[in-house]
Amino acid sequence: MGGTKFDLIVIGGGPGGYVAAIRAAQLGMRVGLVEREHLGGICLNWGCIPTKALLRSAEVYDHMKHAADFGLIARDFGFDLPKVVERSRKVAAQLSGGVKHLLKKNKVAVFDGHGALDGKGGVAVAGGPTLTAPHVVIATGARARHLPGLEPDGRFVWSYREALVPDIHPKRLLVIGSGAIGIEFASFFNSLGSEVTVAEVLPRVLPFEDEEISALAHKAFEKKGMTIRVGTRVAELRKGADEVVAVLDAGGETSEIIVDRVIAAVGVVPNVEDIGLEAAGVTLTDRGFIRVDGWLRASTEGIYAIGDVVGPPCLAHKASHEGVICVERIAGASDVHPLDADRIPACTYCRPQVASVGLSEARARERGRAVRVGRFPFLGNGKAIALGEPEGMVKTVFDADTGELLGAHMIGAEVTELIQGYGIAKSLETTEAELMHTVFPHPTLSEMMHESVLDAHGRAIHF
Amino acid sequence: MPIQILMPALSPTMTEGKLADWKKREGDPVAAGDVLCEIETDKATMEVEAVDEGVLGRIVVPGGTDNVAVNSVIALLLEEGEDAGALENLDVPALVKAAPVSVGESALPTPVNGQITDSVTRAAPTGAQGERVFASPLARRMASQNGLDLSRIDGSGPRGRVVRRDVEKALAEGTGRATAPAETSAAASSAPAPAAKAPTAADPVFALMPEFEALPNTNMRKTIATRLTESARDVPHFNVSVDVDLDALLALRTQLNDREGADYKLSVNDFIVKATALTLVKVPEANVAYTDDAILRFKRVDISVAVAVKGGLITPILKDAASKGLATLSAETRALAEKARAGKLQPEEYQGGTFTISNMGMFGVRSFNSILNPPQGGILSVGAGERRPVVKAGALGIATVMTLTLAVDHRCIDGATAARFVQDLKRLIEDPIGLML
Repeated sequence: MGGTKFDLIVIGGGPGGYVAAIRAAQLGMRVGLVEREHLGGICLNWGCIPTKALLRSAEVYDHMKHAADFGLIARDFGFDLPKVVERSRKVAAQLSGGVKHLLKKNKVAVFDGHGALDGKGGVAVAGGPTLTAPHVVIATGARARHLPGLEPDGRFVWSYREALVPDIHPKRLLVIGSGAIGIEFASFFNSLGSEVTVAEVLPRVLPFEDEEISALAHKAFEKKGMTIRVGTRVAELRKGADEVVAVLDAGGETSEIIVDRVIAAVGVVPNVEDIGLEAAGVTLTDRGFIRVDGWLRASTEGIYAIGDVVGPPCLAHKASHEGVICVERIAGASDVHPLDADRIPACTYCRPQVASVGLSEARARERGRAVRVGRFPFLGNGKAIALGEPEGMVKTVFDADTGELLGAHMIGAEVTELIQGYGIAKSLETTEAELMHTVFPHPTLSEMMHESVLDAHGRAIHF
Repeated sequence: MPIQILMPALSPTMTEGKLADWKKREGDPVAAGDVLCEIETDKATMEVEAVDEGVLGRIVVPGGTDNVAVNSVIALLLEEGEDAGALENLDVPALVKAAPVSVGESALPTPVNGQITDSVTRAAPTGAQGERVFASPLARRMASQNGLDLSRIDGSGPRGRVVRRDVEKALAEGTGRATAPAETSAAASSAPAPAAKAPTAADPVFALMPEFEALPNTNMRKTIATRLTESARDVPHFNVSVDVDLDALLALRTQLNDREGADYKLSVNDFIVKATALTLVKVPEANVAYTDDAILRFKRVDISVAVAVKGGLITPILKDAASKGLATLSAETRALAEKARAGKLQPEEYQGGTFTISNMGMFGVRSFNSILNPPQGGILSVGAGERRPVVKAGALGIATVMTLTLAVDHRCIDGATAARFVQDLKRLIEDPIGLML
């Protein structure tokens, strides 16, 4: 360490950047990593991880509320929001420290500061040295999109960042956007007793999931007491002294609701500013993401980009995987292939959880596939009943001609931990036959994955 | 009652051995003397021949099984008139166990067991040579649905595993076809056995030879092996050679290449291609392919040019070569050769020629014979142009001479036609102004 000449420099220490750096170091490269704020990026500090900590508190609290259903007695229980948040911050801090350690262990030189391409093949670190390397990987991620009139204002309107460290417990909350981020916060505050309204401009919640899953989620959220307004735009926020009047516009029909706080979760925009892209001649797509090819190569020789900054799906595991592909390709490793978007799973940690991989039924049909669809309800699964989690479904979509598993869509308890099974199946290119031949352990929720496959072929046993 | 085929003892002391590979599949008809399977001991590999005739009803011990006891039942043969139903009532596991002890009449016709599931007999897909092909289940199914031979498809997955994208690529490029229509049986992932049988690297014969490195056959190598073996074995070849005086052609070449503003550089080969194409127009009886029903006489001359590439050779095609000028042919040849060496030829660029030219002149080869490129009826082998003593007008002189050798398929081209072809070709090359017409 100490030098400024590297084989590879990574700008951004999130789940894309730090994984790329470690993999490159494993492949024998001297690696420098520039991070302006904290290692682990949004995912670890302000995203995936701290929200999971919050949601875990909410889940335990939900269980306490239903203690009697399990023959348990819980009295005088409640929550202490600052303590809940404190735990979430501790979890994030612990893991961020872990990343720092991993980078050190792999001899990755970490530079604190804002990194930018200098247009001469180097990377300038603000307040630090200029680093040089033949390969520079941009992994600067994305940030919350701000729509006019819905910008975070330091008081009433929160982005995910403020919502993670709430100053009050809002009695009435409006969540704008029903993607993973919006729905997770909606679910958290709903569990804590807030009156939550979700406004989604598209015609269904979790609009990127399979339509049937969206419909089941919609019902489940309403059952938990949320108000779901789909096909609805937030036309205006009128801020008063202590509360906000939100004007909702559902296809021309307007209504007003009064809330204490608003969470704007209307997507993300890539961090492409002030990192010297123009000077280096790196071009963007029409939607403002860095343009890359299947090997994550940007338009300028020697410049690469991975993760959220190259476009959706904006998911940590997608960024990490792209990082690995990118540096393995640079190192000339064998058996490296461009990422297949149909194999990237997506998880939402609301209650009930939602997880999926591959094509939805509608998308598969759009692609002209003849499909076979299997479904299996949680109600037919012994473990689900024993857990007291009888709501949910596992849906599978197969190509009717080849037996290829095109997609899997799940809603219900713990499905985020189950979806990887179908991910492996897709990676190994199994057909329905191998999935049917697989012995699933009893009693587990995973048996539903088996049954769904069987159902797609008219062979479900337990339903 | 199906006939039981037993594990043979290859030597008096043998008690068990490895059933290496089945050469017949379930459902295959078997004649006495047919090779059924191969048995390996530590000393040798031997073929097991059928004694009876019938249909191979069931393989009881799959290929690749170690330690198979002598006299245990390895397969069941259905006699004429017996159908697969005769297998239904056999308790195969009982047979396998019982057999080593005694193989009496009481072959335990216990009911149950029904059909053996396909997972037993379809353990691993094998290629044409019987080796295991690593492929994803989806790739296997797609290949079998489309009549592709997995062993002819390069795998791009982990450790060369054939995966969906490889099958899709083969489908798009029209490669990887099984050599004969796929069998209709359930074991559709298998490919028909190849015509030629080469020893495997595990053959004991190699144990006596010096240490070697085994370079796995690429798909191109397998294609060359299959096609040329078929051609050399099945097509009755004969060769006709002629020496041609090149001096006039060389003079014309110099004249054309030295023209002011020439944006081409013609090679001798370009002239040979042009001359061959024109001769084929003049002698259409040589621009043919043989089929069982008819001789196909092509109405256009498409010349395949053999190009050496890494790991083999390929024959890109100069379409309608007779009606193209020398400069065009030259440019096309160069572009196709470059594409060939870069591995970027499209199937239509190397499939479908009517006649092949192979030139080894640049290596100083005087003359050689080529194996026909099926289904084409002719192939011309071009040697080096070299200064040789010649007799001209009764006196000894020196000329640049090249030997051309035409190989033809005697089923569709007879000696007189071949002779007329080389005669006309010689005339055209020695008076090359005819090429300009």
